[in-house]
Amino acid sequence: MSTINLTLHVWRQSGPNDPGGFKDYQAKGISTHASFLEMLDVVNEELAARGEEPIAFDHDCREGICGMCGMVVNGRPHGPQVETTTCQLHMRQFKDGDEVWIEPWRARSFPVIKDLVVDRSAFDRIIAAGGYISARTGSPRDANEIPIPKEASDLAFEAAACIGCGACVAACPNASAALFTAAKLAHLSLLPQGEPEQQDRVRKMVSQMDAEGFGHCTNHFECMAACPKGISVDYIAKMNRDFLKAMITARTDLPKREKQ
Amino acid sequence: MQKALTLADSTVGKKALLAVSGLVLFGFVLGHMVGNLQVFLGPEVFNGYAATLKGNLPLLWGTRIVLSVSVVTHIVMAVQLMGRSSKARPVGYRKKDNAVTSYAAITMKLSGPLLFFYIAFHIAHFTAPGLALGNYEHSTTDVYANFVSAFTIPWVTALYVIAQLLLGLHLYHGAWSLFQTLGLSHPRYDGKKRLVAQVFALLIMAGNVAMPIAVLVGVIPPAG
Repeated sequence: MSTINLTLHVWRQSGPNDPGGFKDYQAKGISTHASFLEMLDVVNEELAARGEEPIAFDHDCREGICGMCGMVVNGRPHGPQVETTTCQLHMRQFKDGDEVWIEPWRARSFPVIKDLVVDRSAFDRIIAAGGYISARTGSPRDANEIPIPKEASDLAFEAAACIGCGACVAACPNASAALFTAAKLAHLSLLPQGEPEQQDRVRKMVSQMDAEGFGHCTNHFECMAACPKGISVDYIAKMNRDFLKAMITARTDLPKREKQ
Repeated sequence: MQKALTLADSTVGKKALLAVSGLVLFGFVLGHMVGNLQVFLGPEVFNGYAATLKGNLPLLWGTRIVLSVSVVTHIVMAVQLMGRSSKARPVGYRKKDNAVTSYAAITMKLSGPLLFFYIAFHIAHFTAPGLALGNYEHSTTDVYANFVSAFTIPWVTALYVIAQLLLGLHLYHGAWSLFQTLGLSHPRYDGKKRLVAQVFALLIMAGNVAMPIAVLVGVIPPAG
């Protein structure tokens, strides 16, 4: 088993009101089979043994599906490997002696709670604004009762792969949440069950996205490159199209949302 | 009472207005270049073209009004959006490694304001020639002579050529990006958008750079 030694520059911030700063740590004897989070676990055990405060970072499933483990590693959200969450990033991606910069997602709408942990509840509020279907909740309906074209179900499924990790916002030069919002819109609106409420949904969620203080989309497509699920910017085009169409053709007005 | 959501309240709506006004300005830049290329056909043709434009009042004022509205919309939307986005990330990254974005896309907020100052200078060239160019003879009828005498001043030529390079960058990102912004996306033609934008940006850049360079090297000679 080969091991590597790394120099880490980690963002440490004791709480939301602490200005924070980088601190250097040595990660010694790290197995190349370890995941990035396991490497941090090793560093934290040493810190705990020395009586220092361990580095706080979010994690849950550690199998690439929960969307918790967000951190910017050497300037890339979730690190250098494409379509990979931080927990699935392995230390074999690094060389012995590498310097590694570790920072939290940077966005006004994602305030830092501690160290690398950010508050992503702005995403929850975007969903709550309209990211649902007012469904009939009785007994299950027969399968294939509503015909759905294969293409539509595939596209909806690809959008539904979004795990809400926030890498799109972290990667965007404008800290825009366009890719997240677009994916959450598309996975409903592309299906017949989601179509009836589509015009209200797109207006409510875009409006909430703006009210949360995210930036605007300027088509850099950094979000798509950073997305661990490889979600396409085509969904952003669809969101733009649906929003503009709804603003022009919808018969009812919606209230303007302000930041709470 | 709560206000109703309007198009210009949202970032998506503002960006759409930016795209549509940009498209109008793109169309103008293209027409402007094609019209001006007539300078290669000699003083009679070029001065005749200028006289036709000036003589057609509905066309002249129609164009001026549409362009003014587009320029104001383009600038107001851009400034509002940039203001929002500059607040969206109060603490920046110590290290940020962009993966796919282009130089043109990143420099839009630089090329935009620089082009604004260039356009202001370009208009002053005709409305206040003494102020803009200093010691230079300006005729209100012999546009060909103005053209040649202005571009024999080296710094004027340099300024125009640099501005055209900026314009090319700005148009490249703007031209393909506006389709995405307006929601016009389809797998059948998405791959060709950037190529078409590159071709148009290069055409406009090449056409506009060719004229001052032609004066400089004597391909467009002084009249008479």
